Amino acid sequence: MNINLIMNNNYFEIIRAGINTTFQDEGRDNLYHIGIPFSGAMDRRNFYLANKLVNNVLNAPIVEFAYQGPQLKYVGDKLNISVTGDVVFKIKKNDTEIVGNCYESYQIENGDEINILSTNKSVYGYLAIGAEIDLNYQWKSCSINTRAKIGSNNGNKLTDGQKFNLLNINTKQNKKKLNYINSKVENLRIIKGTNFDYFSLEGAKNFFSKQFIVSKLSDRMGMRLEGPKIENIVNSNIKSEGLIKGVIQVPADGNPIIMLSDHGTIGGYPKIGVVASVDYDRLVQISPGSKIKFQEIELSDAETLFKLYEMETQNLLSQI
Amino acid sequence: MIKNISNLGDAAVYCDFGKEVNKEINSNVIKYFYSIRNQKIKGINNLTPSYNKLIISFDLKLTNFKEIKKKIENLNINEAFVQNNKKITIPVCCEATFGLDIDILEKKLSLKREKILENFFNKEYFCYMTGFIAGMPFLGNLNKNMHTKRLETPRVRVPKGSVGITEQFANIYTFESPGGWNIIGNTPVEVFDSGNEKDPNMISPGDEVTFNEISLDEYKSYHEQ
Repeated sequence: MNINLIMNNNYFEIIRAGINTTFQDEGRDNLYHIGIPFSGAMDRRNFYLANKLVNNVLNAPIVEFAYQGPQLKYVGDKLNISVTGDVVFKIKKNDTEIVGNCYESYQIENGDEINILSTNKSVYGYLAIGAEIDLNYQWKSCSINTRAKIGSNNGNKLTDGQKFNLLNINTKQNKKKLNYINSKVENLRIIKGTNFDYFSLEGAKNFFSKQFIVSKLSDRMGMRLEGPKIENIVNSNIKSEGLIKGVIQVPADGNPIIMLSDHGTIGGYPKIGVVASVDYDRLVQISPGSKIKFQEIELSDAETLFKLYEMETQNLLSQI
Repeated sequence: MIKNISNLGDAAVYCDFGKEVNKEINSNVIKYFYSIRNQKIKGINNLTPSYNKLIISFDLKLTNFKEIKKKIENLNINEAFVQNNKKITIPVCCEATFGLDIDILEKKLSLKREKILENFFNKEYFCYMTGFIAGMPFLGNLNKNMHTKRLETPRVRVPKGSVGITEQFANIYTFESPGGWNIIGNTPVEVFDSGNEKDPNMISPGDEVTFNEISLDEYKSYHEQ
């Protein structure tokens, strides 16, 4: 009896939480009207691939981190893990330390440590765990939305010294590997927004030809850009209305802001464009200081490209 | 009733009901919102009603703009749809610690504090929409002599419970948040309750809201009652 209790007590202890570490799944829908965004894993493809590598259902809760990830100590039965993204990490077993490869599953044991050092020239990385993470759900999702304090961990980022428990561990070794390298984008494909004609010809030309720099003031809510001024000739405010992820708003100062997964649901700045869905996973991975350009695309092309991207994701999943 | 339907990106439909902000247009938006929701149309995963627009988000894996547009154009709108509107009273304390911008408003509006508060409290408001942050209600309309712009420099942190005004609107900050509205007081009431998943918002579009002034003592003892 006593042994059973000990055997069932599987958990991770967070030695160092990292910069912006949260639990995420696919997020929560149909709540925009009360002010709650989708949230969920920022880079869907890497989220799904990580779960598949440890034989989880694709929408299983995952540890998402940005820039510097967590250092975790594991206590419990044998367990499979995987890391996806462009991530530098190490696994420590007793006195030996190995450098981990992304897109490869590893079996870890009692006392092992996972140290996620950095996301290399990218932003988000994922740690999937071949077990059920014991989490609270709100609106059928564990995704942490720190602004509204919604989701697991009382809607807060993970902190140093915390523990999280694991249930239904898959102890069988599950050796999986995928040959995959994240492609980067510098040209983001944009569909013209509903207020495109608020901007001067010169402003519109600047928007589609000049470089923009991703500002440090970027997070899960939005990405701020700096670049040539985009002159507004109508009104720098509109009557507040709904937003969706990928919308590019231009406030009075002329610096565009791209709405990301935890965005405010309503906004009052003109919408110059929307990032095509095909580029969203790669958009969120563009790190502060990077230079980007916008390229206009028609709706029908955006739809076709998204279909191809989805097929590619399915193809990658089927190789695992 | 929809003046124009266009695409917002590749995964949302943008329904424009007009330029003006008034109860009639907003009621049309809300009617469409409920009608679309009740139809449970395949692929639609979010709806955002606002003053005079309705944005319909959909899953591009399951459907596309053309399909959703067609369905919206052929939709039967239930004209007889009766909204279950509530009348809600929100207590607000305007003492110095809470009424952060009353001094500035005296100058901007050329009105004395007493007159500003009298105007604000002697009014029934209509909830046009909720959002930006979870549960934040956008209420209107303030008297013409109360209309003013946002703060020139928005606050990095507006305290939770703050009641603000700008243009013809009033709102309540349901969480600490950045914001540029002129803050005239603070409510001890939890206007958003994430613990109540079925009905987390105290105030919903279509509801009628009045504010009543409370003292600092009443504010402090509010949660002890």
